[in-house]
Amino acid sequence: MKEIMVIAEHRQGELRDITYEMLSKGREIAETVGGTLSVVLLGKGIGALAERLLPRAHRVYLIEDERLEFYNSETYERVLLQFLTERKPHLTLIGHTAQGMDFAPALAVRLGWPLATDCIGIEPKDENFTLTRQIYGGKINSEVTFLRKGPFLVTFRSGAFEGKEKEPLSGEIVSLPSPLTDEVLARRFLQFVEAAVGEVDITQADILVAVGRGIKDGENIPLVKELADSIGGVLACSRPVVDKKWLPKACQVGTSGKTVKPKVYIAIGISGAFQHVAGMKGSGTIIAINKDPKAPIFSVAHYGIIGDLFKIVPVIKDKIKELKQK
Amino acid sequence: MNIIVCIKRVPDTADVDIVVDKSGKDIEKSGLVFDLNEWDSYAIEEAIRLKEKLGGTVTVISMGGEDTNESLRKCLAMGADEAIRLTDSAFSGSDGYATAKVLAQAIRRLPYDLILTGTQAEDDGFAEVGVMVAKLLGLPHVSIVTRLEVEDRKLRVHRELEGGLEEVVEVDLPALLTIQTGINEPRYVSIMGIRKVAKKEIRVLGLSELGLQAEEVGLRGSDIELQRFFLPPVGEWAQILEGKPEEIAQRVFEILKDKGGLV
Ligand SMILES: Cc1cc2nc3c(=O)[nH]c(=O)nc-3n(C[C@H](O)[C@H](O)[C@H](O)COP(=O)(O)OP(=O)(O)OC[C@H]3O[C@@H](n4cnc5c(N)ncnc54)[C@H](O)[C@@H]3O)c2cc1C
Ligand SMILES: Nc1ncnc2c1ncn2[C@@H]1O[C@H](COP(=O)(O)O)[C@@H](O)[C@H]1O
Repeated sequence: MKEIMVIAEHRQGELRDITYEMLSKGREIAETVGGTLSVVLLGKGIGALAERLLPRAHRVYLIEDERLEFYNSETYERVLLQFLTERKPHLTLIGHTAQGMDFAPALAVRLGWPLATDCIGIEPKDENFTLTRQIYGGKINSEVTFLRKGPFLVTFRSGAFEGKEKEPLSGEIVSLPSPLTDEVLARRFLQFVEAAVGEVDITQADILVAVGRGIKDGENIPLVKELADSIGGVLACSRPVVDKKWLPKACQVGTSGKTVKPKVYIAIGISGAFQHVAGMKGSGTIIAINKDPKAPIFSVAHYGIIGDLFKIVPVIKDKIKELKQK
Repeated sequence: MNIIVCIKRVPDTADVDIVVDKSGKDIEKSGLVFDLNEWDSYAIEEAIRLKEKLGGTVTVISMGGEDTNESLRKCLAMGADEAIRLTDSAFSGSDGYATAKVLAQAIRRLPYDLILTGTQAEDDGFAEVGVMVAKLLGLPHVSIVTRLEVEDRKLRVHRELEGGLEEVVEVDLPALLTIQTGINEPRYVSIMGIRKVAKKEIRVLGLSELGLQAEEVGLRGSDIELQRFFLPPVGEWAQILEGKPEEIAQRVFEILKDKGGLV
């Protein structure tokens, strides 16, 4: 029987959403190919997490070792190299997350198994899979298949699949010994650091005015700041605006920034890359202003304004000031 | 410190209309503006800063066609010492894995302490080439790096996780890092600067110079094969507000009052 294997992702005692997303889609695939669904957890003192996954898979493999307390590609590579070589699952699912991006390509090379990264769609096709990837910042979808024979490795984009609960499975936990020894590692985890907290907390605002690279220059920030002020909103932004130091990190929305759910989110000059969208798609009402009528941001926005932000934003600001005075 | 930086020349597609070409497997590239991959511009800047501080050399390397010279020259103008272009018809159709094999084979023959790549390429977005190069060379790696300090024969780096969290990691040299945007502010290169390096030699290496077999690279050496490109299904799309700017502004005001509690 074909085994579909999910590599669980957890951090600081919590399973991450991607784990459920992979299990949900993995189960669908297992049913289609007539196989079973397994999940493997690596860590230390994570029995409770394994319990939580029981209803979601036929088998929960648990590999515990104090050297696995904090994620490290070197220990993960070693453990998974041995585990996957022994089990040879038909398909292994990994998150296209900071963690998966770090070890999946390494594992692929060391196992000599083919890898397809950042997939948003997957269909079994005979002994192969048809995978959908989104490229060019979300403007083009590409359909790819594996060229080599399996076992296959695939990484899933966060949020691409629903992590919904299904009829519980009667799974079992299988504890396996860790193959790690006290060898010296070339890479060592030291500590976590939290991003500096800013003066403003964008997660608490009712109205966010978010600005992207379309603003062209840090000197133009006052333009959107005035709009935000005129409607009692708070400024937020996409990553390039922080990278260029036009606004502080605390303003960044997205996977590596904040997740926000304001009543209204106005995205100005933001293309809608998935890393940005992941942080704002839960907003009540989304208004996007972009000069590109095909910008992916319009696929999550409720209202769109197509045009040059430098012409539109001042008019909106003035009009709102005028209407508020009435 | 001798540093190698892998760079890719990519089309800028953020605000242009992309059209799938007749083959259905590529985009119409005529008329697009190409530049150094955003992530790679941070990688080359980081390498040059390290060289300025610690001495040594910076070598830029790219697999691509002759057009790639433009991006390699930009790196030379920024301060790289040497540029190598890997070009061969056998390389066409390479996915991330095949690309990594070509790059690793070229790097194997060079002296280095550190290899830098971008976290991902703006076009294909595999986010895999850097880490694969590391494993092909048997090196430790750290991906998505936002800060880097050299301590003797090791590095102390910050690696970006989700939600503003970072982890601090120590890694022994030689190592490979994939660089995240925002780690520095890439320097500006003037036309004069590019002109100064216009005559500088760019070494070109192909399949046989690298000692590779044709079946190891290109489509045959790849993990995945492209079947087709298509436009993402439109699905739910924003309701587009049309009319004169004042009318649009009026609508935005109403939406804000209605949904945002604007008073
Ligand atoms: C590991 C990782 C984590 C990441 N985390 C995040 C994150 O947390 N948050 C985030 O935002 N990104 C993140 N990114 C980056 C992300 O991939 C994109 O690069 C980024 O979101 C793009 O920002 P942007 O939309 O502002 O810029 P661009 O993609 O360059 O888009 C600019 C937009 O402005 C429009 N525009 C230009 N001029 C005008 C004008 N005059 N009027 C109107 N519109 C105009 C253009 O049409 C275009 O759509 C991450 C990437 C990686 C690899
Ligand atoms: N053709 C190439 N030549 C040189 N470096 C490349 C090439 N393709 C990818 N890279 C490097 O690998 C990084 C990640 O690319 P990718 O895995 O394709 O998203 C890029 O930022 C580059 O540093």
